[in-house]
Amino acid sequence: MSKFTRRDFLKLTAAGASSAALAGCATVPEASKPVGRVIVIGAGYGGATAAKYIRMWSQGAIEVFLIERNAEFISCPISNLVLGGYRTMADITHSYQKLRDYGVQVIRDEVTGIGLDKKRVSLRRIEDLSYDRLVVSPGVDFMHDAIQGYSAEAQKTILHSWKAGPETITLRKQLEGMRDGGVYVLSVPLAPYRCPPGPYERASQVASYFKQAKPRSKVLILDANPDVTSKGPLFKAAWNTLYKGIIEYRGNAAVTAVDAKAMTVKTDFDTIKGDVLNVVPPQRAGDVAKPFINANNRWCAIDWLSMESTAAKGVHILGDATLSAPLMPKSGHMANQHAKLAAAAIVELMNGREPSPTPLVNNTCYSFVSDKEVIHVASVHTYDPKDKVLKVVPGSGGVSSQRSEIEGVYGWGWAQNIWADMLG
Amino acid sequence: MRFQFVLATLLMACSLSVIAQGTDPNLARNLAATCANCHNTTGRSLTGMPEIAGRSKESLASTLKEFKGGQRPATIMHQIAKGYTDGQLELIAAYFAAQK
Repeated sequence: MSKFTRRDFLKLTAAGASSAALAGCATVPEASKPVGRVIVIGAGYGGATAAKYIRMWSQGAIEVFLIERNAEFISCPISNLVLGGYRTMADITHSYQKLRDYGVQVIRDEVTGIGLDKKRVSLRRIEDLSYDRLVVSPGVDFMHDAIQGYSAEAQKTILHSWKAGPETITLRKQLEGMRDGGVYVLSVPLAPYRCPPGPYERASQVASYFKQAKPRSKVLILDANPDVTSKGPLFKAAWNTLYKGIIEYRGNAAVTAVDAKAMTVKTDFDTIKGDVLNVVPPQRAGDVAKPFINANNRWCAIDWLSMESTAAKGVHILGDATLSAPLMPKSGHMANQHAKLAAAAIVELMNGREPSPTPLVNNTCYSFVSDKEVIHVASVHTYDPKDKVLKVVPGSGGVSSQRSEIEGVYGWGWAQNIWADMLG
Repeated sequence: MRFQFVLATLLMACSLSVIAQGTDPNLARNLAATCANCHNTTGRSLTGMPEIAGRSKESLASTLKEFKGGQRPATIMHQIAKGYTDGQLELIAAYFAAQK
């Protein structure tokens, strides 16, 4: 039994009861008889949402500890606009403070091990914690080894910037420092990867910046996929109209090797020199989820009624790390929906009831093709009891009829509202 | 006698399986939560999307059904509304109508 007490947590979490008392309407009362404890690992779109919704929907009867190694939330969605120069890091950085008003114990720490038999999580800074159910929302980690020469040393010059944070700032600086007439090379891995339309939005944002600041420069997209994997006709229409002569797209052009000294990338056919190399490697479930990876050596298969791992009972996996259902993207929006499905199931299971037999989730991805114009893709997925998987509802979903500024307003509204939905 | 016993057992098994398959007592709450990504947790959108908290159930339900049927112009809501049954849209409308 750990000697770690609630008092210690209040000290550690800095906020504790006083902020809950001051918070007013958002507070969730502490139940006199808790039904158990959930530990959530990772406070991104999946984990933060799960933590808040378990507290809300259990009316405070389930203790929730949220373990996150970063001090603040930095959003991947909208981060391409920082590369374009239209938004700042401050716009995409948000505090975890309001989650404490819901009674979520936010702990800044790093998980060093998960003991499935004893139901304990080991941490770097504080003592082990026990759980009744575990939620793992680790996002992705990167398979640099799949690309020859993409060593730790090379990674100092060649960035993926596929997790928003310090690499976002560094890539923006590389673009600012590039000569006019230079070439920015963006390499896209084979699907599935995090955020299917993300690379094409990034190419648009960088092209928009070049158009104003360095008009003789080029954006070269080297795509391992045969064609643009999401919203293809809409992206291509934007490129042909807004960035003609700036963006060049090559499909079936997987980057197999990089050379950070010569500043080149290799495909099966060419060696290409660039001024800024932005190579996004293939991805897999984040490191902390390794014990639960059981699909293609990369992803975590789950039960779609509860998001419970098929590799371990009592462990729920959310977001990009999961083996996606058919036509289900790895997106922040989808991770938030996974989190609500899991939160509802966990509250039922911990009260001795069955999870909902009819879960439903949806997805919306807005992509900024310029500073103001946006395109979307949307879908709705329901549970098919025969195949035991979430499937797209026939006739639902689709893409924008054309890019528009009104969807630019909705795209920014989406960000504000989902950040509020997940963080308080 | 024996036949009656078998029949009774069968009937019991059937009714048990109906219970096991069950329905979701929190269906309205869970469906409404799928809207919260874009409209905020209780439907009080901060910017961009319209606020839907506290609007009348009838107005919300008819708006959603018009999106679904294509009678009401939309950028995205026609595509999303088509993923829900009319019954689900009514549950969602009632849920947000009840939010302050």
